[in-house]
Amino acid sequence: MDLSFSPEELAFQQEVREWVGANLPVDISEKVLGGGKVTKSDLKRWHKILFEKGWVAPAWPEEYGGTGWSAVQKYIFAEELTRAGAPELLGFSLKMVGPVIFTYGSEEQKAQHLPGILNGDVWWCQGYSEPGSGSDLASLKTKAVSDGDDYIINGTKIWTTGAHEADWIFCLVRTDDSGKKQEGISFLLFPMDLPGIEVSPIITIGGEHSVNQVFFTDVRVPKANRIGEENMGWTYAKFLLVNERNGIAQVGGKKRQLSRIKNLAATSEMAGGLLAEAPSYRQKITDAEIALMALEYSELRFLSGQKLDHAPGTEANMMKVAATQLQQTLSELFIEVAGYYGMPYDGFQDLTGSNEPSVIPDGAQGAMADHLYGRAATIYGGSNEIQRDVMAKVLLSI
Amino acid sequence: MDLSFSEEQQLLRDSAERFVDQNCGTEYLRGLRDTEDGFSRDHWKTMAELGWLALPFAEDNGGLDGTPVDTLVLMEAFGRGLVVEPYLPTVILGGGVLQAAGSAAQIESMVEPIIEGNLLLAVGYAEPQARFDLFDVATTAAKDGDGYVLNGHKAVVIHGATADKIIISARTSGNRRDKDGISLFIVDSDASGLDKRPYPTVDGSRAAEIMLDNVKVGADALIGTEGQGLAPLEKAVDHAIAALCAEAVGAMKVLLDTTVEYTKTREQFGQPISRFQVLRHRMADMMMEYEQAKSMALVAALKVDSDDAEERRKAISGAKVQIGKSGKFVGQQAVQLHGGMGMTDELSVGHYFKRLTMIDVLFGNVDHHLKQFSAAA
Ligand SMILES: Cc1cc2nc3c(=O)[nH]c(=O)nc-3n(C[C@H](O)[C@H](O)[C@H](O)COP(=O)(O)OP(=O)(O)OC[C@H]3O[C@@H](n4cnc5c(N)ncnc54)[C@H](O)[C@@H]3O)c2cc1C
Repeated sequence: MDLSFSPEELAFQQEVREWVGANLPVDISEKVLGGGKVTKSDLKRWHKILFEKGWVAPAWPEEYGGTGWSAVQKYIFAEELTRAGAPELLGFSLKMVGPVIFTYGSEEQKAQHLPGILNGDVWWCQGYSEPGSGSDLASLKTKAVSDGDDYIINGTKIWTTGAHEADWIFCLVRTDDSGKKQEGISFLLFPMDLPGIEVSPIITIGGEHSVNQVFFTDVRVPKANRIGEENMGWTYAKFLLVNERNGIAQVGGKKRQLSRIKNLAATSEMAGGLLAEAPSYRQKITDAEIALMALEYSELRFLSGQKLDHAPGTEANMMKVAATQLQQTLSELFIEVAGYYGMPYDGFQDLTGSNEPSVIPDGAQGAMADHLYGRAATIYGGSNEIQRDVMAKVLLSI
Repeated sequence: MDLSFSEEQQLLRDSAERFVDQNCGTEYLRGLRDTEDGFSRDHWKTMAELGWLALPFAEDNGGLDGTPVDTLVLMEAFGRGLVVEPYLPTVILGGGVLQAAGSAAQIESMVEPIIEGNLLLAVGYAEPQARFDLFDVATTAAKDGDGYVLNGHKAVVIHGATADKIIISARTSGNRRDKDGISLFIVDSDASGLDKRPYPTVDGSRAAEIMLDNVKVGADALIGTEGQGLAPLEKAVDHAIAALCAEAVGAMKVLLDTTVEYTKTREQFGQPISRFQVLRHRMADMMMEYEQAKSMALVAALKVDSDDAEERRKAISGAKVQIGKSGKFVGQQAVQLHGGMGMTDELSVGHYFKRLTMIDVLFGNVDHHLKQFSAAA
């Protein structure tokens, strides 16, 4: 066992660092490092730069456009990207639907979809949750009725992130309701501009528009757009959920946030000294830093092939809970350090209507927005309550 | 000992709850988002008519001689309805400073207009470098003939842009962190050299940065004795903390009730989610937090006027710590138990959560008051 990188790995790290330094657009990294809002066009621009280099999908098998890197190289790569302030690429495409397509899709589907996912031309969204089916996802009711070579779809999806910016949706639909609820679900891919699709925005507590409700009225989708077999969708859906939770630790992003908090504390006055020197602050930031270490080394341990003692392959459930809890701890600490200047918030509008610089100090930009939106992290992707249930059931067999 | 509310207090509660239930809440708050003031002047008029603006003022000054417990009753109702009218800055803080140290002439000229709803106040007590220390004052007030000239920056002044007059703490002598040498001044909001930079706060309320650039005031602008402004300011702030704790309790109650109600009607896995033990325990914890916050808010109201400095400090800081912790737990869990719905602007849950987030910071967060409490002991 050896924790240090080999000379080859160090050389790789250097190569990535130099390339990212030269190719990551500064306006994008400034946003990421400064707590600004990264837009779809920012993300697309960066996606395409990585694609040109051949580094857009390190997690994919080489034959489908992956890099063929070792687990350690992938880790180094991810670290270097976050360190430099690169935004996270669109997970719905690269982490979720892509792997479903190359694992379960037909040759035609691979040829049709993988290039657009890799080069960033096609933007995807995830149509799983419904108003009546959140934690109990398998109870979903959006109906796909067979009509010759097509399905006719009726129903609604909710909380669909980015549906208003997406070109395609991967969608769970009910094709059979005679048996067990898991056994009548199919997995469909279709474009968002089909007749009968309506997207209605949902504004979240921070005033942002990222989620939507999507309505389907007699939407006609060819059966050829189905992944795998009819009524087998649950299998593919679960495969995807595991991938969704992978990489959820987002250690790099948390390191970045930790250092933003430290920087802010080091420039914030308190009791005539610096907040960074206050014992109560030091205790909290140290606690968080240690939790982050534990998270990082758990991730490394799993990456290097060590599995959980109890049920190999389900590390993601544990990592999701640990990571999202820590994320929320960090965001609380961030606004706490910001003090009174954590409170000004103009997520809904800019009331000053002027070009004056924000009253919020640079170091605290985005802290409140993160804090508010971050409450969702323990809810989406399988709530933390549900994750704990799974851990007890599957990992501990109780 | 008798910890029950009087008949008058019950009546006040009933009328305040009726008012907020009919006029306030999430819809009203959302309606105020695009307005310049950020609150309703109609509501303010109604509050004046109902006598609420007179509540804590002495009878001699035209007030109702209300106790801090009366204020608690009113503020709890305000918390229940997310009321954003400038009651705290005008009546409790501004009025509090005036009652604590104002001259007869100042009281006479200002209290009646406040009670009638014609005068709005704000208090600039914070500065960018001061964090939560009221005595950390870099703003200066230099003698200028009979009067003073003020220079400095007051931070995050609640309802600072809509106030007609702003009470400013400024240093007339000593060093930045000396407790002596702080004086309080009444400054017209349209005084020359006073610049306001307004913005919304996370809870949908409003605040402003107030810049003072050679603002001249007369000798009659000084409240109380020169250099002795900290004590009356602290007193007014303690009253504001007690009031704020009551508001938080009102907000927590709504979150608790809403969450219990929601989990009873939301079904997943073929049953109401209120049947899941983990959620039942969570809601039992929410209730415990709420009840303990309520007890501590009462302690704060009962002891805020105590002559025993240690007793007063422990009650106020203890309550603020409890409210900060309970508010965080109740707010966060209410969002969590509502699932995706809890994340929406449409539901009320998020708005109460944000108000509680703001309340934790106002007048010093948990860490700050832990220190105050332990220093007093
Ligand atoms: C910001 C955001 C983005 C999202 N993006 C997407 C997206 O792009 N695509 C998509 O398909 N979905 C998305 N979701 C939906 C998300 O996956 C669901 O919100 C989640 O599955 C929870 O479902 P729900 O909201 O219906 O809550 P519910 O299932 O109603 O849960 C409410 C509460 O009950 C608890 N609970 C439920 N069942 C149990 C149980 N058996 N035991 C104990 N506790 C339980 C939950 O943990 C939660 O606290 C998003 C959600 C949010 C908030």
